[in-house]
Amino acid sequence: MPEKFIARSAAIAARKIGGEMMIMSAVDSTFFTLNEVATAIWQAADGRTPLTEIVRNSVCREFEVDEATACHDAEEFVANLSRHGILLLSDQPLESPPQSVAAS
Amino acid sequence: MTLLEEMNQKALDRGIPIDVHFDITYRCNERCVHCYLDHDDHGELTTAEIKDVIRQLADAQVFFLTFSGGEVFLRRDFLELVEYARSLLFNVKVKTNGVMIRQSEAERLRALGVEQIQLSVYSHRPEVHDAITKLPGSLERTIKAIRFLKSHGLKVIMANVLMTANMRDHAGVQALARELGVRYSLDPTITPRMDGDTSVLKLRIPGSELREVFHNDALIGDAKEFCAPPQPASDDDLDGYPCSAAHSACYISPYGDVFPCVQFPLPSGNVRRQKFLDIWQNSPQLNQVRAIRARDLHVCSGCTHVAGCSRCPGLAYMEGSMYGPSTADCEKSFHRTGIPSANMLRRGTALGQPLIQIQPLPA
Repeated sequence: MPEKFIARSAAIAARKIGGEMMIMSAVDSTFFTLNEVATAIWQAADGRTPLTEIVRNSVCREFEVDEATACHDAEEFVANLSRHGILLLSDQPLESPPQSVAAS
Repeated sequence: MTLLEEMNQKALDRGIPIDVHFDITYRCNERCVHCYLDHDDHGELTTAEIKDVIRQLADAQVFFLTFSGGEVFLRRDFLELVEYARSLLFNVKVKTNGVMIRQSEAERLRALGVEQIQLSVYSHRPEVHDAITKLPGSLERTIKAIRFLKSHGLKVIMANVLMTANMRDHAGVQALARELGVRYSLDPTITPRMDGDTSVLKLRIPGSELREVFHNDALIGDAKEFCAPPQPASDDDLDGYPCSAAHSACYISPYGDVFPCVQFPLPSGNVRRQKFLDIWQNSPQLNQVRAIRARDLHVCSGCTHVAGCSRCPGLAYMEGSMYGPSTADCEKSFHRTGIPSANMLRRGTALGQPLIQIQPLPA
């Protein structure tokens, strides 16, 4: 399996409120809330770090989940968000726009 | 409950100012007859000051940020401010008259991921619209702006404020909105000027027209439901608060003054002297507004409309007391349902005349 790289889209609005990330697509106004695990993945989506490394460092260590399960769930989550244009997904490292998100 | 409603509820529960309306200038290239602002510049926040405030708003977890004015495009740094706000991932909405929007501005707003642009259109007839804005050619320019914005895929709302001069033109404006493929919204509210001058209130549409608007399915949706008689107030209704002002929303003026809402001119702090979050959390004025529940309202708590009234605490404040009634909303409730409010009965002003007419017997 080739490595996957993910970057946050510039066409979104987002804010972390009470541990959950609120995200709205500027393209179609679709609204998402991400739980803490998904938020950790989304925040680490810098376009350069491979998804497996994000899962290992930001999910497995923080939330005590086994790596195989976490990788499977993360891939589904990433595919879903990329379909809505919230995350950009590639087999190659991506240029990610400089963005910061205020933490709660 | 939708995700958006959940988010708003979470903000309310946690005291998060999720929605901020930021007027970045009061200067304007139009002179609308009903406008509540003083258009002179009395010392607007600088670019650096506004960026600092925007940064503070992000830290305070504000999500929805509306830039308005005055005319926002009269600030040369407007798009720079939008770009900065978008880099901090705000959901940005813009209110503008559109007369300075060309292809390049529309393209830039789209590239920056602005959520929505609201433009005021008073009439489909240039002679009526331009007489209200006092800017010749303004309707033509606003329509051109809407076309530019639409051609770039931006979401546009055509806001139609109703007053005596245009009260018969709503169907024409609605048809224009349909033709341009944009959303239409109607507002029959004319508010006193921020300096307390109430002379503009004479522009409010008469009750007979208000009644017609409220019973018009094309404007209201389901008029029967909208105009249904008021339901008795429950304990939840009486323990509720009237709107999001000071609870999860607030307003910042071009001079850095913080208010509960754009329609609620209760000075609550200034971001030039205090951090935004300090004002939001500790302002005695905002805390006073937050503490008000429907059961605390002097007249309205006993009103038959209390559970479903659109009572605006800001309009009530401008009328004399934030605990008192807002006559404009009393009239709305009355013309919606045909049932006078407690305030109207108290003052004997339902139907625009005394409820009991006593005349001396002829001698």
